[in-house]
Amino acid sequence: MSALGHYLEAEGIPTVSISLIREHTVALKAPRALWVPFMLGRPYGVPNDAAFQRKVALSALRLLERTDGPVLEDFPDDAPYEDLGDVPEAENCPVSFPRMRSEGTLGERLADEIAQLQAWHEVARRHNGRTTLGMTGLSPRELGEFLDAWLRGQSKPLFREGLALAGALKLAADELKTFYYEAKGVQPGRRTPSEVLRWFWLETAAGETILAMRDHAMQSADPSMKGLATLSLVPRAAHALLAARPAK
Amino acid sequence: MVRLADLPEAESKGHIDRIATLPAFGTPNLAKGPSLADRRIALLTTAGLHLRSDQPFDSGGAGIDYRVIPGDVKAADLVMSHASVNFDRTGFQSDWNVVFALDRLKELVRDKVVGSIAAFHYSFMGAIPQVTRYEPKARELAAMLRQDRVDGVLLSPV
Repeated sequence: MSALGHYLEAEGIPTVSISLIREHTVALKAPRALWVPFMLGRPYGVPNDAAFQRKVALSALRLLERTDGPVLEDFPDDAPYEDLGDVPEAENCPVSFPRMRSEGTLGERLADEIAQLQAWHEVARRHNGRTTLGMTGLSPRELGEFLDAWLRGQSKPLFREGLALAGALKLAADELKTFYYEAKGVQPGRRTPSEVLRWFWLETAAGETILAMRDHAMQSADPSMKGLATLSLVPRAAHALLAARPAK
Repeated sequence: MVRLADLPEAESKGHIDRIATLPAFGTPNLAKGPSLADRRIALLTTAGLHLRSDQPFDSGGAGIDYRVIPGDVKAADLVMSHASVNFDRTGFQSDWNVVFALDRLKELVRDKVVGSIAAFHYSFMGAIPQVTRYEPKARELAAMLRQDRVDGVLLSPV
C-alpha cells in the first residue's frame, strides 16, 4: 500500500493510505497515512456502521491537504463492538440447525453438511442483498465434490481456462469457505469473526477437508502444491486454534 | 489492527519478519492539490477485489496486475480473490464498505465535503513478497488517473 503511494506521488497524484500495520507503514515511509486500530480485513473498521466508516474515510481524506510528509496520524477510536443483530423473522430459515454427521466418509459428511447449510445461505443472500460467491462457477455441492475428488486421486476437469491445479484448488477451497461463512453469518448465536473461525476449523467437515488438502498437498512432488499447503489454505489463527485443541 | 507487539506470536511473527525485507524509500515529495471540497477522489485497494466476471488474482501470490472497478459498480458484482487466508473476510461478506467504502465516498460528495468521484476505481492484490514489483503497474495506473482528472487517491489495505 505504502509503495503504491510512493509511485503515484512520484507521478504527481496525491495519495493517502489507511494503515493496518503501523510498523510496515513507518518502515516504508508512506507519503500520507492514517493508522487504524482495526483487525486485518477491515480497514474501515466495522461492517454496517456507516457513521463510523465515514469518520475513518474522512479522517484519511483530510490528510490529503498536508504536504509536509511523510504524514502518519493515528485514528483515535477502536472499532465499535460488532453487533450483527438478529436476522428479521421474515427472513428466518425454515429449517433447523444442521446436525453434522459423525459417520460416513469425509466426502459424504461434507456433502451432507453443504446440503444442510444451503437454506441458511439463501437466508444470508437475502439478508445481505448479495453473495460474494461466484468466481468458480461451481455450486457449493460441486465445490465439495471437486475438492473431495482431488483428495481421493480422482481429479475432475478444471472449471476455468488458464488455471493451474493449485490455483483451482485454492479458489475452490476459498469459495467453499465463503459459502460456510456467509451461511453461518445469519445463524442465531455468537457470530463474531473469531467464533465463525473456530466453528469452521474445529467443527465442520469442510474445515476437515481443507486440512486434509493441506496434508495431501504437502506430500506432492509439484512445487506449486507446497506453496498451496504452507501459505494458501489454512490461516495462522486456525493453526493456533488447532494446536490448542485437547488431544482426542 | 492492534500493534504487532500485542498480538500472539503466531499472528505477529510473519508481519515482524517482513519488516526486514521491505525496501528503503526516501522521504517523499508530496503532490499538491486543491481543498478536499474540490478534489476528485478514486479508491485504490489491495484487497484483491474485482468484478465477478473478471479474472481472479493469481493465487500463487504473484498477482501484481490491477483490476479496474467501474464507478457504478454494484455491491453484488464485486468479489474478492486475495491469496492470503490471514485476514477476516466476514466483514466484506456482510458489508462491502468495510473494505471498499464507495457508498461512504458517494455520501461525502453528496454532502459537498468531497468534490467528485472518479469514473473508475482500482484493485491490486496485497501481500506480494516484493512491493517494488508494483512500480510499472502503478505508473501505468497514474496515467489513467490523470486522464480521469483524479487529484486524490484513497488507498486501503486489507
